[in-house]
Amino acid sequence: MYTLTKLTKTYRQGNRTVHALKNVDLTIAAGQHVAIQGPTGGGKSTLLQMLGGLDRPTSGTITIGADDLSQMPDARLAKIRAREIGFVFQGFNLIPTLTAQENVETALEPLGVTVEQRAKRATAALASVGLADRAGHLPSELSGGQQQRVAIARALVKEPDVLLADEPTGALDEETRDEILDILDGLRRDRGLTLIVVTHDSAVARRAERRLHIKAGTVTER
Amino acid sequence: MFFTYLRRELAGRRRQTAIIAIGMALAIALVIIVNSVASGVKSAQASVLESVYGVGTDITVAQSPTPPEEGEGGQGGRPRFEFDAGAGTTTDGTTEISQSRLMAGFGASTFDEEALDTVLGVDDVAAASATLSLTNTTFNGEMPQFQQNGEGTAQAAPGTDAQAEPPQGGPDGAGGSAFDVDSFSVLGLDPSADAIGPLSAVTLAEGRTLDADDAGANVAVLDADYATSAELAVGDTIDIGGTEFEVVGTVTSNAADSASASNVYIPLDVAQTLSGEEGMISNVYVQAASSTDIAQVQADLEAALPDATVSTQEDLASSVSGSLSTASALVSNLGLWLSLAVLVAAFLIAILFTISGVTRRTREFGTLKAIGWSDRRIVGQVAGESLVQGLIGGALGIAIGLIGIVVINLVAPTLSGSASSGGFDLAGGQGGQGGATGGEGGGAQGGRGFGGPMAQTAAATTEVALNAPITVSVIAIAVGIAVLGGLLAGAIGGWRASRLRPAEALRSVG
Repeated sequence: MYTLTKLTKTYRQGNRTVHALKNVDLTIAAGQHVAIQGPTGGGKSTLLQMLGGLDRPTSGTITIGADDLSQMPDARLAKIRAREIGFVFQGFNLIPTLTAQENVETALEPLGVTVEQRAKRATAALASVGLADRAGHLPSELSGGQQQRVAIARALVKEPDVLLADEPTGALDEETRDEILDILDGLRRDRGLTLIVVTHDSAVARRAERRLHIKAGTVTER
Repeated sequence: MFFTYLRRELAGRRRQTAIIAIGMALAIALVIIVNSVASGVKSAQASVLESVYGVGTDITVAQSPTPPEEGEGGQGGRPRFEFDAGAGTTTDGTTEISQSRLMAGFGASTFDEEALDTVLGVDDVAAASATLSLTNTTFNGEMPQFQQNGEGTAQAAPGTDAQAEPPQGGPDGAGGSAFDVDSFSVLGLDPSADAIGPLSAVTLAEGRTLDADDAGANVAVLDADYATSAELAVGDTIDIGGTEFEVVGTVTSNAADSASASNVYIPLDVAQTLSGEEGMISNVYVQAASSTDIAQVQADLEAALPDATVSTQEDLASSVSGSLSTASALVSNLGLWLSLAVLVAAFLIAILFTISGVTRRTREFGTLKAIGWSDRRIVGQVAGESLVQGLIGGALGIAIGLIGIVVINLVAPTLSGSASSGGFDLAGGQGGQGGATGGEGGGAQGGRGFGGPMAQTAAATTEVALNAPITVSVIAIAVGIAVLGGLLAGAIGGWRASRLRPAEALRSVG
């Protein structure tokens, strides 16, 4: 699925150069559930952004299937993100002025899906996370757990190959956290998703079949 | 999704939408009102000019006025009345004298009528006619009998015996004098060429107008207002330059509340002969073949007649004075700059609010990019939102602007304007001066003439109710501004959104 070769990412922060990733060599097989842990500022989010095609490496390569994300033009990267990669964020990142149903539909917009199909698939995605009765609600009318479930529905409605989650339960209480993790586990099993989760929470990491630790830009297996 | 998202965003950010829309609305309303009032003022100026230059005149040709030479009593000079010792009729020691003179007014310039042929020879000149502007001045006076106290002398010399006797005669019976001077404008024109020129802007009130058969005839057409004030009617006679003219018709100006260009109209050849201006004219009225030819015809005329002043209607509009001129200056200066300032402010507000909105929505756009939205789609979304905000402002602005125009038209402020022709103020009506000298030993010496400053006058003050028209072009300008403002703000905001790197956008809030 993913192959990272000598992946390095540096950027300037004021007068100093930050080495977020240092010569990372890593392979992630399709369908794996991987947890990435590490201290704050260790490079977890940077690695996730590389995997999601949101950022480019300073050197090295990162491929998803046969596509080299490090050399790809922006427009092509956007298409890869639209078709193959789903994102779930710690802060949910829902569009505040759109309803739950419309938020889910935004993921289908770049795919050119018809209006009818869009509505149908969004409704089904919301039902799969147990929010069929909240489709017409704005994010502000939903609890944190419900908002994250809408975000998961938005990530999965396009049936991606990969789901990247950045602290998906970081803003939730324990009970809600477990609900969300159960949903993610179920969907991964049912759909054969590759699930990569960045987390500080060991309870979340323990559910993964593979755990990576990243510190000062260097990745190690646990 | 585009329209749903757009609608939700505008509805969800009502305050921003309202501020941008109100800013644009005020600017657009101001532009509409200023544009409409400018159009109304222009039309009022055209109305004033029409009363002077007639309908269909595109260009006028005149000679620049030159000051009269010292002691000159003819062309361009002051009227001078000379009486010999036996002039007038004497009754009871009082001599009544009267003299009428027809001449070009003070400071007026005339030029050779061959200029008309030159004008007609210029390409794209559809028609042209010449006129001669004159002033008829009549002197009426009563004075003591010049020879009552001496043998062939006009006045007793100081120190003689005759001085001991009190003066007699004159209007006061004590040797005093009284006189009055009356003047009216006379326009000599080619009676066969009335298609353009001053007579094309009049309506026949009574009798008939001049025609080709009147050339060489002592016939006159009077401005109806002047005829009323002078107690003249069709069939009466009027003394012009000492010659009796038959009044064959009266005319009124086409413009409301306005007198026509002259008090009296007579055939050009007669005017030239009577005024001693044989072969001379003061104005040529020119009609171009089409409106697009005017600039070229003007240039050709200036080349063909280098000493002449060639003016288009646009040039002549600047000669309109009075409150109309003030309104024109107000609209073209203050109105224009105020509109531009408000417009720029509205555009800046729209741009700043859009940029601020994009900055506030950094995470939103970062998220959309992360889930696969292209830059183009995001730019389109931002531009679409700004465009609709601009259009809402445009619709509101059109409504406010139209209400403003309706109010202006209901109030219909009256503007007065007068136009000058050939360097002369045509404002005013027929002029008149009167005076008396009295007292012991007073009176004019026999054989000595009178002179005085006579203003060149012709009736051309026009009062026009300002009518601000609502035109399609004004609405189109408003819509254009709304679209432009919306697109400009949207383009800048969209450009800013497109430059957001998704990773940075997400990191910036995370």
